Amino acid sequence: MATEFKHKDIIALRDLSKDEIELLISTAESMREVNGRAIKKVPTLRGKTIINLFYEASTRTRTSFEIAGKRLSADTVNISPSTSSSTKGETLADTALNLLAMKPDIIVMRHAVSGAHYFLAKKVGCSVINAGDGAHEHPSQGLLDLLTMKDRFGRLDGLKVAIVGDITHSRVARSDIQGLTKMGSSIYLAGPPTMMPPGVERLGNVTVCSTMKEAVSDADVVMMLRIQQERQGKTLMPNAREYSRYFGLNPENLKWAKPDAMVMHPGPINRGVELSSYVADGSQSHVLKQVENGVAVRMAMLYHVCGGELAE
Amino acid sequence: MNLLIKGGRVIDPSQGLDDTLDVAVENGKVKEIGPGLAAPAGAEIIDATGRYVVPGLIDMHVHLRDPGLEYKEDIVSGTKAAVAGGFTSVVCMPNTKPCIDNKTVASYIITKAATEGCCNVFPVGTITQGMAGERLAEMGELKEAGCVAVSDDGRPVRNSELMRRALEYANGIGILVISHAEELELVGEGVMNEGVTSTELGLKGIPRVAEDIATAREVMLAEYTGAAVHIAHVSTSGSVQIIREAKARGVKVTCETAPHYFTLTDDAVRGYTTNAKMNPPLRESADVAAIKQGLKDGTIDAIATDHAPHHLDEKDLEFNAALNGIIGLETSLPLSLGLVREGVLTLHQLIEKMSCNPAKILTINRGTIEIGSVADITVIDPVKDWTVEAATLASKSKNSPWLGATMTGAAATTVVAGNVVFNGR
Repeated sequence: MATEFKHKDIIALRDLSKDEIELLISTAESMREVNGRAIKKVPTLRGKTIINLFYEASTRTRTSFEIAGKRLSADTVNISPSTSSSTKGETLADTALNLLAMKPDIIVMRHAVSGAHYFLAKKVGCSVINAGDGAHEHPSQGLLDLLTMKDRFGRLDGLKVAIVGDITHSRVARSDIQGLTKMGSSIYLAGPPTMMPPGVERLGNVTVCSTMKEAVSDADVVMMLRIQQERQGKTLMPNAREYSRYFGLNPENLKWAKPDAMVMHPGPINRGVELSSYVADGSQSHVLKQVENGVAVRMAMLYHVCGGELAE
Repeated sequence: MNLLIKGGRVIDPSQGLDDTLDVAVENGKVKEIGPGLAAPAGAEIIDATGRYVVPGLIDMHVHLRDPGLEYKEDIVSGTKAAVAGGFTSVVCMPNTKPCIDNKTVASYIITKAATEGCCNVFPVGTITQGMAGERLAEMGELKEAGCVAVSDDGRPVRNSELMRRALEYANGIGILVISHAEELELVGEGVMNEGVTSTELGLKGIPRVAEDIATAREVMLAEYTGAAVHIAHVSTSGSVQIIREAKARGVKVTCETAPHYFTLTDDAVRGYTTNAKMNPPLRESADVAAIKQGLKDGTIDAIATDHAPHHLDEKDLEFNAALNGIIGLETSLPLSLGLVREGVLTLHQLIEKMSCNPAKILTINRGTIEIGSVADITVIDPVKDWTVEAATLASKSKNSPWLGATMTGAAATTVVAGNVVFNGR
């Protein structure tokens, strides 16, 4: 593959070309070899400093980025809002400039405001990687979803992918829509109309379905999104019970999909709400495979924003 | 000071005038209009060849931020920006600190404007005390102090009963109520127009219907009470239609829009551009078309800027954290002249919407250059090309989405009460 990765930052899959996405996935595939070794470490990013700046709580993504950095021999530092200056009223720009003064090579940030990373990237000279911004994008999740699908099907074109849940508030859905559309697959969305953002069908190769059955029927992949009571508030749905009845995935309605369809979920799962335990722990579930691939994908992202050069 | 403005195209819709004429000004009043006039004694001669000579422009929706928020703008800098934009009068909104809910604050503004400002400043008082939406403000005294309207701009009166009473009470006093029409529950935590762009950017949307419902409420309350209401900064096709229908029924409703609502769409937010963040938000192309149609058919009476200065520290932020609003005084005229170039408005209609109609709506003694009137006159160079640059804007704040853009048309000379207060950049 002749593609060069020329971006300083990775903020959104929307900003990447198909070739660049393929390059990241193929690099992630080769990074997996490291993760299978007895000594899971290569010197690729030796001497590089990575700051994981997490303004929103995260276990999976932050840990995954931290492990990815360490396996590449980078020095990683974690900062979370409860221990940072943000509680003292410091602006994002000031926090970033102060961190920058300590000469990091990469800032990996999660922030509640959509687009905050573009603002950060304008302020700092180092690389910025988006670990989730508001309801905008979550590119590392999008890439690990693509890698997990590729593992199963050997390709990323011509797939029918159902995404079910709160599309409005989902940065995962937006990154998946961008990535899957660029790779040539089709996305079918289902969810209560209160959680379906206007014009979403214009973001890519997207069909908005009126029922879950319509979206899931003959799907190769069924991606279930986490339902969060704190996000959906009181006005978007009656309660988890009714939501689960119409938009939860269980062994019965999974039969609408292709017999060997993959079940995916970005986590953390609300068991019994959007995903029944029988499905989450069943043979068609690829949820833990997604998590495993997350480390490799994040290694690839860190590697490429550093110029893709080896330290050896 | 005496003036002779020579050889310009004099356009005054208030007297149906459009001809190449001279305008003589003596002792701050228009003395004579006609061809080949002799200069009054000691008059400064202004050559207006190739220029438009019109009644001084009036911006009926401006935030001067004085008192209390002078780090954004004050009466001196705000009126400098006004005259640089060709405005001889500005109508300032009451959300200052303290707000204009009493005659003391109103008097402070009027006095400071008269002594230190460069143009007329007409304050708007609040509808409710402290803009808290609970008790009516002292509208009688506000009017006596010189307020030309009342509005809780930026903080719509939520309680429909209170709004009904505000309209009735104001009608009795003879002061106009201006409504910032938004249903706040529907606005929620929205930060831009709700549509495909908000979906793509993952930003919380403000639906058009939030404005439409509030506009409909104000129109229905005006109809029920028989009082007049003015709808500020109309941005949606729905509001335009509601107002059009109400006017046809004889409801006493007037409205304004701002240049950004007929020149920009929510595409300008892409890149999370905080200088494209305002309230109401930039809408979509169908709304822009409806606003233009409303201007053309007379549904929209006035063009006002909603000039909303904010400090760089309040705009150079992540999108959700940035404050709403943009400055507009210095870009309104060229953007509005664009409507004439596009064939949306005639020049005559444009001057009505930027001068005559605001004066009529607010019943202020301006918006005309008939003989004997106060000599507030704007001389417009319709073809001048210039670039919007932060360094040359007179406003203290630089929060304009047009920084770096080239504009066509500018004020050449601005005359307030016979005094030349601006004479080109």
